[in-house]
Amino acid sequence: MSTPCLLEIKDLRVEFKVYGGVLKVLDGVNFHVNAGEKVGLVGETGCGKTTTMKAVLRILPMPPARITDGEIFFKGQDILKMRDRDLGKVRGSGISMVFQDPTAALNPVFTIGEQLGAVVQHSSPANRRLSKRQIREKAVIPLKEVALADPERLLDSYPIQLSGGMRQRVCIGMALATDPELLIADEPGTSLDVTIQDQVLRLLNGLVESKGTSVVLITHTLGVVRETTDRVYVMYAGNMVEESPTRKLFAEPLHPYTQGLMQAVPKLTGGGIAEGIPGRIPSYLDPPPGCRFHTRCPHVMDICRRQKPPYFKADEDHEVACFLYAPHLDQQSDERAAL
Amino acid sequence: MSDDILTVKNLKKHFVIGQEGTINRKPITVKAIDGISFNVREGETLGLVGESGSGKSTVAYITVGMYRPTSGTITFRDQDLFADSKGRPLALKKEVQIVFQDPGSSLNPRRNIKQILELPLRIHQPDKDRLHEIIRLLDLVDLPPEYMHKYPQSLSGGEKQIVAVARALATNPSLIILDEPTSALDVSVQGKVINLLIRLQREFNLTYLFITHDLSLMRNVASRVAIMYLGKICEVAEAAEFFQNPQHPYTQMLLSSIPVVSEEEEAAKPEKIISSGEIPSPVNIPPGCSFHTRCPYGMDICKQIDPVMVETGTGHVVRCHLFEQPQEVLQPATSAAPSPT
Repeated sequence: MSTPCLLEIKDLRVEFKVYGGVLKVLDGVNFHVNAGEKVGLVGETGCGKTTTMKAVLRILPMPPARITDGEIFFKGQDILKMRDRDLGKVRGSGISMVFQDPTAALNPVFTIGEQLGAVVQHSSPANRRLSKRQIREKAVIPLKEVALADPERLLDSYPIQLSGGMRQRVCIGMALATDPELLIADEPGTSLDVTIQDQVLRLLNGLVESKGTSVVLITHTLGVVRETTDRVYVMYAGNMVEESPTRKLFAEPLHPYTQGLMQAVPKLTGGGIAEGIPGRIPSYLDPPPGCRFHTRCPHVMDICRRQKPPYFKADEDHEVACFLYAPHLDQQSDERAAL
Repeated sequence: MSDDILTVKNLKKHFVIGQEGTINRKPITVKAIDGISFNVREGETLGLVGESGSGKSTVAYITVGMYRPTSGTITFRDQDLFADSKGRPLALKKEVQIVFQDPGSSLNPRRNIKQILELPLRIHQPDKDRLHEIIRLLDLVDLPPEYMHKYPQSLSGGEKQIVAVARALATNPSLIILDEPTSALDVSVQGKVINLLIRLQREFNLTYLFITHDLSLMRNVASRVAIMYLGKICEVAEAAEFFQNPQHPYTQMLLSSIPVVSEEEEAAKPEKIISSGEIPSPVNIPPGCSFHTRCPYGMDICKQIDPVMVETGTGHVVRCHLFEQPQEVLQPATSAAPSPT
């Protein structure tokens, strides 16, 4: 870690108190983003991707959520210990977020101009004293950046008058209007059609590259991660199971979960579809002891049932939380050959 | 035409969604399907692919009889599906079944699996031993018999969809319409459902009309693929031919927009066509070829005249002006030029 970390999450644990008991969702998440980096966070529905990022912005509903352990550093400051006033400065100008569903992210009863204007007005102290006209002039700029046609007219439109792709562009524009250092994009293309998703992702990529913004891209589509990010985290049931530069991960996935996931993706080159991973994601009420993946793992060993695997370095920059890659275990050599 | 199980001819479905004004009572219509023709062959899987708003689900709903078409005909083994204005005879309903996209809302949360599977049996096979049949159905889809006492909410998404498949099988149909059966599921579960569908198809000689937006999935499942855009079919071809030699500019744009996970797949995509423009609203479909607003090869003629289907190879039809006339007149890009026929 020679370059300074922009965001660092250390051993984050989050629980949700529900009627039936306590959901132990995040189970010691470690994660970091370097300045100027594009990081992908992949995992299936319910694995805790969004929960992790919501914890970063402290927008988890508390209660029922509770952060029981861990630290989140943004530029060296612990977000979890920050006062609300300081946190307000981090949100927006430090970190901003694009949500999955642009229809739900925009308020239906205000025009785009009013919503974007509010963002512009609060993005810096100097902007608070601006007149309505000046704010309007500034609010047009992000809309132009996201390549929306006729931005002046759009300012007076309501979200319902725009298409899904346009709404998502507005959200991206809004998130980048404050010039954040880190952009968290939570499945920005998932609710869109492929051709539109392609456009939105290309646009997002171009903008963050020109502005030098760091990005965390949350998604469950492996292809999207491969085409847009530098480094990837794979998440399963509240744990980061693998971390690697994107190219390496796709060339040689190590964790059995990542391997299963890769095989399950239907390929454009044909060749049938793999059965996928047997079983289902465990209940967070009573997660399995040891490695949370052991109930579905094809290479499960005794130790997996007892002990939670630490991170093993498979390579300089490739880490995997799986006992198959433990350097000192004797049985692992033949297990590995079986892979 | 005896090997066609389903023949659709010039099918149209227009929905009236309102009036232009209180004085001018001209109706506003959505042309969900605007004159499509295709056929499904006995025992095949026809993939019907399109983006949201292309009308692919409307095709499904008309085929099972949830809507009546505005015009055009659908015949199932030479019987008109809409011949009887009072409704479809039970014998025909039995033959055509559907699996919906979201099993969470297509299974009644207040009925257990036994009750869910019982209903089609009670209607279509009243004299059979129902309990025995339910166990047989569950066994077909690899679910243990105890599952009949469970309620949908206690099943995972994949299991719910498998129950929905079992329910479709209950009437012993010949044609099953799969309306995005896996798009609500995670990839690791998708494989199981798809492989089950493929196995059942072989076992019972089923025909599938597989509706989806996922072309990579179609590559692995379909025997033929049809692409829909704004209520019209743009291209139909055998799956192998379709992915090797996509001809319609929209098909090429779709294929090149798919995010893929390996280098080999990257190589299998057609040359990058940068996706541009928005999908127009189906209320306000552009004149001429509806794709001309986004087409990189758009010509003057495209804005005025709607192209017709042309055959460019065996079983490969494309609806595009690029392929209508002698080739030397138009040379937009080499990659889009048709193979000489």
